Amino acid sequence: MMETLEIKRVFVPRALPLREYFSPGHRGCQGCGPALAIRHVFKALGPNTIVANATSCSEIISSPYPQTAWKVPWIHVAFENAAAVATGIEAGYKAMMRKGKLPQEKINFVALAGDGGTGDIGLQALSGAMERGHDFIYICYDNEAYMNTGIQRSGLTPFGASTTTSPAGKVSKGQNTWKKDLPAIAAAHHIPYVATACPSYPIDLYNKVAKAAAIEGPAYIHILAPCPTGWRCPSELTIEVGRMAVESGLFNLFEIVNGKKRLTLRVPQRRPVKDYLKAQGRFRHLTEEDIRFIQEKVDEDYQLLLEELEEV
Amino acid sequence: MARRVGLEVSIACSEAVTLANVDVIAAYPITPQTHIVEHLSEQVAEGHLDAEYIKVESEHSALSCCVGASAAGARTFTATASQGLILMSEIMYIASGLRLPVVMALATRTLSSPLTIWGDQSDVMSQRDCGWITIFCENGQDVFDQSIIAFRIAEDRRVLFPTMICMDGFHLSHVIEPVELLSQEEVDSFLPPYKPEYRLDPHRPLTMGAFTMPDYFMEIKKQQDEALKSTLPVIKEIWNEWGNRFGRYYQPVSCYKAEGAETLILIAGGFSGTAQIAVDRMREQGKNVGLLRLKLWRPFPHQEIRDAVKGAKLVVVVDRALSVGGQGGPIAAELRSSLYHLKKRPAVVSFVAGLSGRDIHIDQFVEMVERAEGHLSAGKIPDYEMFGVRE
Repeated sequence: MMETLEIKRVFVPRALPLREYFSPGHRGCQGCGPALAIRHVFKALGPNTIVANATSCSEIISSPYPQTAWKVPWIHVAFENAAAVATGIEAGYKAMMRKGKLPQEKINFVALAGDGGTGDIGLQALSGAMERGHDFIYICYDNEAYMNTGIQRSGLTPFGASTTTSPAGKVSKGQNTWKKDLPAIAAAHHIPYVATACPSYPIDLYNKVAKAAAIEGPAYIHILAPCPTGWRCPSELTIEVGRMAVESGLFNLFEIVNGKKRLTLRVPQRRPVKDYLKAQGRFRHLTEEDIRFIQEKVDEDYQLLLEELEEV
Repeated sequence: MARRVGLEVSIACSEAVTLANVDVIAAYPITPQTHIVEHLSEQVAEGHLDAEYIKVESEHSALSCCVGASAAGARTFTATASQGLILMSEIMYIASGLRLPVVMALATRTLSSPLTIWGDQSDVMSQRDCGWITIFCENGQDVFDQSIIAFRIAEDRRVLFPTMICMDGFHLSHVIEPVELLSQEEVDSFLPPYKPEYRLDPHRPLTMGAFTMPDYFMEIKKQQDEALKSTLPVIKEIWNEWGNRFGRYYQPVSCYKAEGAETLILIAGGFSGTAQIAVDRMREQGKNVGLLRLKLWRPFPHQEIRDAVKGAKLVVVVDRALSVGGQGGPIAAELRSSLYHLKKRPAVVSFVAGLSGRDIHIDQFVEMVERAEGHLSAGKIPDYEMFGVRE
């Protein structure tokens, strides 16, 4: 079982283990939020881990034949089926261990996919896998669009973001739908563990992954992973932008353990969403009125979140 | 000793898969495959088979689970038909490219539209180029045997390809046939446990399914093509070993009264039984007619089929699938292509018949042969003909 780390008031990178399972030298863009998130995820999981990776940025940057960035066993099959492949691996191990073909040991079976591979094309396979109760961890890194194919909108692209298929224009404000609430969809399957995380809070992320690994049954972790290329922001602002998402209450860090929801980071004073929106080129076209509209919706959602929380 | 019992052919398939002691089954219900997976569910529920039965939410996930389980090193089985197979299509190609020995039973059924649940071979033919070893079965015994043999073929280290065995939906899958069952000891002596050289193992990490750029893809594809072609002698060797042990021999192309025949019928699957009776009738009437059964669809047995038609004047190919807007019957097109470079080759007449469960009667086989002979003597052979269609 993985040890969780004590959350320090100040981020101390050395608190994280030095071991690396997602190696340097991959083809991620400068400041790639997903690459950072994945690195932390696998530090937490350790070597007894098998990964099924959906087609995505993470797959493309890490496996250009004949090279690989992966130090744990890894398989890519297709776009929409990471959950099915991972649970097939889990079932295979379960049967082979029970039949004495393999020794009994604790292995983390992980599905890894982006927001589109999870919430759009992969939602059915994910739902089936969670409903069946396999002992696996689903990691969705959410960079809020199909970045790999050139920044096309997904069902998780936030309202107002300009992408190559939801461009802002004379009669368009960019994405005209609100972000699909995937953690809530996962929670509706009544699985033992659901959490949100962000690489700007690496110890929180690390601990949630370690918890997910220790819990038997399906676990779903949704990681907001800023993408400077697609979000149109300087690559050195990845961490900062992730923090602004959390500090504004646009993206909240929580976990749901056996149905009980709690914030793992409560922001004392939420900052305006404007700070977050103004930091990124994808929201450049938004008017003051648009920003007010988003602020109101975020306030409303945050109140609803607080009402859902279990007394701790 | 072998037990000879009357069994529904789907059940015979499930019994064979149970004897093969699979580790993982992932399947989704679709007519006419359902009896296979229902019986396997029972086998698992009753403890007759120690396997994980994954009740997936689609065929796409069924095959994806099988790919994952097989990559983990498990012996893996699925079954489907028709729309289920084409929903799997994306993963069909990938299972082959990853060289994973998944075994699938297909109760062959028509593809929509119009929607129909009845049988033909249009689903198999839609997956012609996906890189699976594809075997047609003729009767219940054949299905039972191939359902065991398929694992041995697929898992042989000289092979390592997913393997699909095809039984005609309803016409074969739902009929009760006499089947000689084998004991667990007999099956174990033929089918050793699956021991993959490479699998997803944290103690020996590896990367499976890396993506390629144009600088590698063609080399990898050529390797796959050559590897699939090179499985033909291994398949023949394994079928031969099965014959030596259990007395039933199988060939890529099997011949019935074909030696010296002027006219040959070529057909795949269960309808070859009807064709055989038609051949007997025509022989009684003094016609020099024989029958070829195509058992192995991929890898295509080019040389075996060339040898089998050598000396014939006419081959009448009966396809239960149609390449819409193309060359008509897929088997006929493949045969023509195989024969093209031969200096002396028989005429090929292509009939598309028996689509979507429509029966082909004995006298209709006779009629097709007569029509084909008429085309030949008139010196005018059509590209293909849809047989038995009301005008």
